[in-house]
Amino acid sequence: MEFLAPADWTEALEAKAAHPGAVPICGGTDVMVELNFELRRPPALLDLGRIRALKDWEVCDGHVRLGAAVTFARIISALADRLPALATAARTVGSPQIRNRATIGGNLGTASPAGDAHPVLLATGAVVEAESVRGVRTIPVGDFFTGVKRNALEPDELIRAVRIPETAGPQQFAKVGSRNAMVIAVCSFAVALDLERRTVGTGIGSAGPRPLTAPAAEDFLAGALDWDGLAVSEDAAERFGALVAAAASPIDDVRGTAAYRRRALAVMAVRTLRWMTEKEAVAV
Amino acid sequence: MKLSLTVNGADRSAQDVWPGTSLLTALREEFGLTGAKNACEQGECGSCTVYLDGDPVCSCLVAAAQAEGRQVRTVEGLGGPEAVQRAFLACGAVQCGFCTPGLVVAVHDLVHRIEDPDEATIREALAGNLCRCTGYEKIIEAVRCAAAELRAELSEHSAPPGLPEPSESSGPVRR
Ligand SMILES: Cc1cc2nc3c(=O)[nH]c(=O)nc-3n(C[C@H](O)[C@H](O)[C@H](O)COP(=O)(O)OP(=O)(O)OC[C@H]3O[C@@H](n4cnc5c(N)ncnc54)[C@H](O)[C@@H]3O)c2cc1C
Ligand code: FES
Ligand code: FES
Repeated sequence: MEFLAPADWTEALEAKAAHPGAVPICGGTDVMVELNFELRRPPALLDLGRIRALKDWEVCDGHVRLGAAVTFARIISALADRLPALATAARTVGSPQIRNRATIGGNLGTASPAGDAHPVLLATGAVVEAESVRGVRTIPVGDFFTGVKRNALEPDELIRAVRIPETAGPQQFAKVGSRNAMVIAVCSFAVALDLERRTVGTGIGSAGPRPLTAPAAEDFLAGALDWDGLAVSEDAAERFGALVAAAASPIDDVRGTAAYRRRALAVMAVRTLRWMTEKEAVAV
Repeated sequence: MKLSLTVNGADRSAQDVWPGTSLLTALREEFGLTGAKNACEQGECGSCTVYLDGDPVCSCLVAAAQAEGRQVRTVEGLGGPEAVQRAFLACGAVQCGFCTPGLVVAVHDLVHRIEDPDEATIREALAGNLCRCTGYEKIIEAVRCAAAELRAELSEHSAPPGLPEPSESSGPVRR
């Protein structure tokens, strides 16, 4: 096995083009588990940890642009005001030691249906920037997840950044797990309101072969919500919950049954909606 | 491959390291630093916690080659017994001791970041460290104890009111 340690982004793209079988390693919190347990023996590792540019974030054109190597710890410490739902999701990832290493790009790379960033990225309409020596591609996050732990990257592509629209209204994330820390989601849910466009975004985690959205629930709530007073009737909230649950396609597995997941999703949808509508001050 | 990094302030290197070797394995098997323990090799237990460039991480999940040229500080490098280790002893926070080195590093980080952590903060900070023996109560007590000792040290060293602020280098060095 080779260890490729490009010093900058251009070198990284060239290395990936020359060694399409090389496995990128950033924080290593997914890759090292596979190596330690001999689940994977790639011909080469491609270390992205030395590439300064991947660790930065910036605000540009109405987006917050996170370099692929921004860690969850950094999202919590530096971006909680700008990206409240993503920061909430970040706080639920693993443990402090994991969050110090685990990156947003690695979460996308693994593309687990349970990845905690994914529901928020879906609800906010984020876009993945993929790059290869051939050029840059922007992939709406809804098209990025293609199956269980599968993503839309080509063998020569790397994730450069993810662009998240600047927060345009209240947003929330909720996760159900067997305890309060160090837990893979049994299921998770994110919702984001855009007060200007009067649109609703949703994201469902761990209740399907890939992270999902609930378009019918989004349309329904956009119509049922009193946008000026930011209020919603009990009945409409329940209906929203039911539509979110209906959008999921969960299975029974070791972490929970399909029926439990549907029920929990409905509860989380109603609850996150309450959190958003019962707040006096809207965090924008 | 060849590996060179700084461990506990000293330059260390090793030859012929397999590129997929974890930092934990390199520390234990190449450098003879067996403080960091290998229990799960999957980031769940925290017994392998070390500082990497100042941040506590699970060394089982860092490829040793990723630490090339970087600063690693292990439990052996904290200088001991320092406040956290003394507190673990005094409070009976150690039973079999397997989790202790990782916990000591995690607690060292916590009490040097937050002067007087409350219980929720302590539990959250230690969420990545499992202990099969103690039931955690004594560990939490030890964190309080260590934090109190560090606060006391700090106030001893701080200048009496009215005098100019001590320059940065003359104050107690944290971490
Ligand atoms: C104990 C433990 C607890 C965990 N808890 C959670 C949790 O609560 N929630 C959660 O969502 N995840 C959790 N994880 C999983 C993991 O921490 C996350 O998926 C994390 O975001 C991965 O990031 P990384 O940088 O460590 O990825 P790495 O392990 O470095 O890489 C992950 C994958 O992405 C690819 N990759 C990385 N960067 C790029 C890039 N720039 N371009 C293309 N491909 C890339 C890699 O090749 C690999 O396939 C946990 C893991 C552990 C070990
Ligand atoms: S051995 Fe590294 S976390 Fe358990
Ligand atoms: S003292 Fe035995 S595992 Fe903690």
